[in-house]
Amino acid sequence: MTTTRTRFTAPQRLLHWLMAVCILSMLFIGVGMVSTVTTKYLTLVQIHKPLGIAILVLALIRLTLRLIYGSPALPADLPEPLKLAAISSQYIFYILMIAMPLIGWAMLSAAAYPVVLFGGVHLPPILPVSASLHTLLWRAHHYLAFAFFAVILAHVAGILFHKLVRNDGIFETMAPVLTHDHPESK
Amino acid sequence: MVQSPASPKPFRLWPFVFIAVVVGVAAIGFAYTAGWLSPHRLTPKKLVAALAPPGGPALGHRRNHAKGICFTGIFEANGDGSALSKAPVFVRGQYPIVGRFNLGTPNPNAEDAMVRVRGVGILITTPDGQQWRSAMINAPIFPVSNPQAFYDLLTASASKDPDAMKNFIAANPGFLTFLPWAKSDQWTESYAEEPYNSLNSFLFVDESGTKHPVRWSLIPAAQPVSISPQELAKRGPDYLEQEITQRVAAGPQHWNLMVTVAYPGDPTADPNKAWPADRRTINVGTMTVQQIEPEPNGPCRDINYDPTVLPAGITTSDDPFPAARSAAYSRSYNSRTAEEADYPRTATGARQ
Ligand code: HEM
Ligand code: HEM
Ligand code: HEM
Repeated sequence: MTTTRTRFTAPQRLLHWLMAVCILSMLFIGVGMVSTVTTKYLTLVQIHKPLGIAILVLALIRLTLRLIYGSPALPADLPEPLKLAAISSQYIFYILMIAMPLIGWAMLSAAAYPVVLFGGVHLPPILPVSASLHTLLWRAHHYLAFAFFAVILAHVAGILFHKLVRNDGIFETMAPVLTHDHPESK
Repeated sequence: MVQSPASPKPFRLWPFVFIAVVVGVAAIGFAYTAGWLSPHRLTPKKLVAALAPPGGPALGHRRNHAKGICFTGIFEANGDGSALSKAPVFVRGQYPIVGRFNLGTPNPNAEDAMVRVRGVGILITTPDGQQWRSAMINAPIFPVSNPQAFYDLLTASASKDPDAMKNFIAANPGFLTFLPWAKSDQWTESYAEEPYNSLNSFLFVDESGTKHPVRWSLIPAAQPVSISPQELAKRGPDYLEQEITQRVAAGPQHWNLMVTVAYPGDPTADPNKAWPADRRTINVGTMTVQQIEPEPNGPCRDINYDPTVLPAGITTSDDPFPAARSAAYSRSYNSRTAEEADYPRTATGARQ
């Protein structure tokens, strides 16, 4: 669904940037924590779980907003391959933003760990205890995390390409504030 | 500013350079965080690999304390722990335990008489779903003072360099204080006759938010019967598991959970240093072991006795070990559960 708006609505933009910060932090926290044995390990794990669940909640809100408000149309002159890349990357992002936290939560459930968010607050298990399920999910969490980071790098490169090379207004659809370019510039 | 798309733009290089720099810096930062650019960083992977015997780890088994047997039982809190910690597990009542007696070896087939260190893992669950996991050993102190030194000890003992141990001891003289216990031949003849010590320090947090640095021990009700390793060897390679199975079948076995409170200035960050013997010690309840189950299908098999799984009311202290242990146990757990095929469950009584 697209709209005639030239920018994402303010709540959508707010969520995009808030989540961009959260997700990038999560990826760095994730690879940082599994590679250290210092006390930072516990601190990072204690951030990773609640922040990951927060991303799940935000992603569901974001998906709802997206279904309600849609997105600005892509520039008409966008070459087909770029159009395809733009659209498919949006699907991939939504899938990853929702799947990664669910996999993390399910993985801990399958390993019989309590999913502690903070203090005595913990989530119920969403899977029965199972070594094989745990292994599957643990591998998925690992590989999808790296895929996520790669997609983000491509996304950032792509957005900068739209702005700096094509200057076609895509950047402005999500820019936190209006830049001096006209947002409706072709 | 806006260029008409109709007029072809002149090619400019700098945007591409800029994009490459942005992406490159992000990728390098990521690689650095993941430790790929710091080969000297002590990672969980390195620490766990250092535990493996020369032939490699026993697939499907714990990477340390690999030989063990499951038990179930209860922890009966007497209520006295509530003065120190608000954790529900100290409120007077009975809470189920899933535990594991084990030997401190990476070899699941080690002979009992070859392994000085005996341990226990316990997982206590309270009705609100909170868990307290603890893995404790019978040694009175830990051989080293910090996780890096533990890694150094493992590498030194595996090293072919004749001076490796000498150099290690020169750098870690505290190791010598561990030797009298390690070399003593006053062993006991049963898992039920051993004390098990947390060695690591934790903080108990009471209702008012005050933090009390503590260590804890399980003190056996059974009278220890001393036996030398030579005598133990004669009783067979798996005597301890046979003995505890028969003993518990004949009657439940008990331990008191004793909590020792530090004085300001006691070495909470160093499990190689004992606290003075006169420290206040509180009996907070009794662990009763009611049933023994072999590990292959037992309830302890797929549990990670991660010492940082703690209820609200207990937290880690300035002791660096629990964090390192948590990271290493997770690594060990991930590996061994992925190798289930190498350690199959037995045909009867497969677990759901
Ligand atoms: C963790 C990092 C990021 C994630 C997960 C992410 C995710 C997304 C998603 C899912 C969309 C689709 C919009 C929607 O339907 O809500 C989107 C669009 C957009 N993002 Fe990001 N983003 C990230 C970082 C960035 C950064 C760093 C920039 C800018 C430099 C950026 C600029 C944009 C722009 C301009 C759009 C709109 C273009 C379009 O319609 O595809 N994003 N982003
Ligand atoms: C957007 C959400 C998330 C992202 C981007 C993310 C990212 C990561 C990354 C990059 C790693 C390191 C992977 C590796 O190098 O092997 C990791 C590990 C981990 N994550 Fe997440 N994560 C997310 C959500 C969660 C959630 C919600 C939980 C649990 C509630 C969770 C639990 C874990 C655990 C336990 C590990 C350690 C895995 C291991 O033992 O190797 N994650 N995560
Ligand atoms: C940095 C130091 C240490 C390292 C690297 C280490 C490593 C390990 C590993 C890899 C396991 C197997 C975990 C699993 O797969 O579930 C294990 C189990 C165990 N460790 Fe440690 N450990 C350390 C310190 C300690 C200390 C200080 C104690 C005792 C106070 C201890 C007592 C135990 C016990 C009792 C078990 C068996 C738990 C069970 O039955 O699952 N360890 N250790």
